[in-house]
Amino acid sequence: MDIFLQQIINGLVQGSIYALVALGYTMVYGIMGLINFAHGEVVMIGTLVTITVAGTLIKAGMPVALAGLAGIMAAVLVCMALGWALERVAYRPLRNAPRLTPLITAIGMSIVLQNVAMIVWGRNYLTFPSLLPKVNFEWAGAHFTAIQLIIVLVSAATMGGLLLLVYRTKLGMAMRATAQNPAVASLMGVNINRVIAAAFVIGSALGAVAGVMVGTYYEIAHYQMGFMLGLKAFTAAVLGGIGNLAGAMLGGILLGIIEALGAGYIGDLTGGFLGSHYQDIFAFVVLIVVLMFKPSGLFGEKTGDRA
Amino acid sequence: MKFEHFFRSTVGIGLTAVLLLALPFIAALGGQAWVRILDFAILYVFLALGLNIVVGLAGLLDLGYIAFYAVGAYTWALLASPHFGLHWPIWAILPLGAGLACFAGVVLGSPTLKLRGDYLAIVTLGFGEIVRIFMNNLNAPVNITNGPQGITLIDPVSFGAFKFSGTTQIFGFALSGPQKYYFLLVALAILVIIINIRLQNSRIGRAWQAIREDEIAAKAIGINTRNLKLLAFAMGASFGGVAGGIFSAMQGFVSPESFSLIESIMILAMVVLGGMGHIPGVILGAVLLTVLPEVLRYGVGPVQMAIFGKMLVDPESLRMLIFGLALVLVMRFKPAGLWPSPERKRELTEAKP
Repeated sequence: MDIFLQQIINGLVQGSIYALVALGYTMVYGIMGLINFAHGEVVMIGTLVTITVAGTLIKAGMPVALAGLAGIMAAVLVCMALGWALERVAYRPLRNAPRLTPLITAIGMSIVLQNVAMIVWGRNYLTFPSLLPKVNFEWAGAHFTAIQLIIVLVSAATMGGLLLLVYRTKLGMAMRATAQNPAVASLMGVNINRVIAAAFVIGSALGAVAGVMVGTYYEIAHYQMGFMLGLKAFTAAVLGGIGNLAGAMLGGILLGIIEALGAGYIGDLTGGFLGSHYQDIFAFVVLIVVLMFKPSGLFGEKTGDRA
Repeated sequence: MKFEHFFRSTVGIGLTAVLLLALPFIAALGGQAWVRILDFAILYVFLALGLNIVVGLAGLLDLGYIAFYAVGAYTWALLASPHFGLHWPIWAILPLGAGLACFAGVVLGSPTLKLRGDYLAIVTLGFGEIVRIFMNNLNAPVNITNGPQGITLIDPVSFGAFKFSGTTQIFGFALSGPQKYYFLLVALAILVIIINIRLQNSRIGRAWQAIREDEIAAKAIGINTRNLKLLAFAMGASFGGVAGGIFSAMQGFVSPESFSLIESIMILAMVVLGGMGHIPGVILGAVLLTVLPEVLRYGVGPVQMAIFGKMLVDPESLRMLIFGLALVLVMRFKPAGLWPSPERKRELTEAKP
């Protein structure tokens, strides 16, 4: 039972990170039907920027909390700018192109960002400065750290903020209108370009927050870290029903928990035949099984013909 | 004169044949490494044309195509290497590899037929990852794939006593291993091009294109969309399997690293960048995307030295950076690909309703 609770906690933490990244995918997809493959790279840049800024400030003698805050701010700003630039430079000119064209562009941008990061930050693993005190808590036989607690709380707060933005503000209304029908939304006076840019910028800001979380959690970062993270987060978004905000959040958390439980129990279930290095399989197996029965994800509405 | 007509004329065919014959010898002037690059270019032409059936003709976005290639490659590696002590002949392994890949295609295809567009993309992507993870980990408790170390000392392609590795003398010419593989690959590629052309204009090919354009309409006019989509998957997959077998024999070594997601993506990029559904375009895309990174590999370092007098930026990352930028720029200025089919070009330039 201890392992069960422990793995649920671990999964929840990992899942809230997935959820934040998945929101970036799902917002862009919901509005313009594009898989922004470069989003994982935006998250990676967020982590690396935090390392540089916070690391430098800590070395310069600034208090850790303040330096960390500055690092996070810098990461969010850089990622927002990056998201905006991506949309402006790579995707906007292709708005009416065949639907696979922006996919290839996204892959191209992802390669570009990875290599820029490699040129700027080098090939080696970087250590993330420890921004939070290492405090352990114990609850019903399961251990968790302050970092884990904060990750879950911050991501819950961020997601709450996003929901407020989407469902309670004028910009949010414009976003929902554009997602339903861009042409009609623009007839109603919605500035489509601004809305799409906003989706990219907000998604990237969430990505930056997620990037900082990954950094604090694993205390290590690398120019290739965005790829698998992005892949998992995208899987989470599809699992929940891509284009659906609540779906992305639940999909992310579900995926995190399934992975953690899977890694914890696979050895016992298969009599030691398969070990925990099969962890990455769970995400995809669950995805395939769910889509077999619910072809547009757990919470997705029935989509029209896009093929 | 239009390119298409040129390639159908006798002169055009003759010139192409001469060029194809001469290429490996021209490349050999720059060293055998270039002949190997040429081999890979042709291998990717083969793969891209296989994927073109799935993506270009039937319109099914497949991001896990490399899995079938992996199945073919591992079939060959396991049945023709000291790993299990088996050394089956090509006649047995290549069809078996194609068959297994085809079976994998049906296994992947059947549960996912209901899915549309991007949902299908992510499921195929997941399938590709699952196959790779299994190959990476199936070394314990029973050692099947030898895990991340991969399988070495794989038998080369051979017909009887004629081996494709090492140098042989034919009619006074010394043919190196890569050059022999080149001719084998060109023969296979021509075969797959013919199959592609025949398919495209057949009843099946037209049905696929109907499904691609509008699945519901296709169903309404009596096309069995389920079987035809499965057929597209199976056929694309078996081409992947054959290519995988040859790859494994040519390299003499396979490891799960060669079958990562980025490979699937690259093959898809070849299809889209060249001009989806248009055979000459796909060939162009495959050759360009194989040769460009290699040219950059050899070019980026010296050019930097010449301009700045020192290495400013790590050439490896600079080369990939340029490659990524090239993808973005081509798509920006040629959204339908470098060499799209005339119909597709017309569709795109005409005003949208």
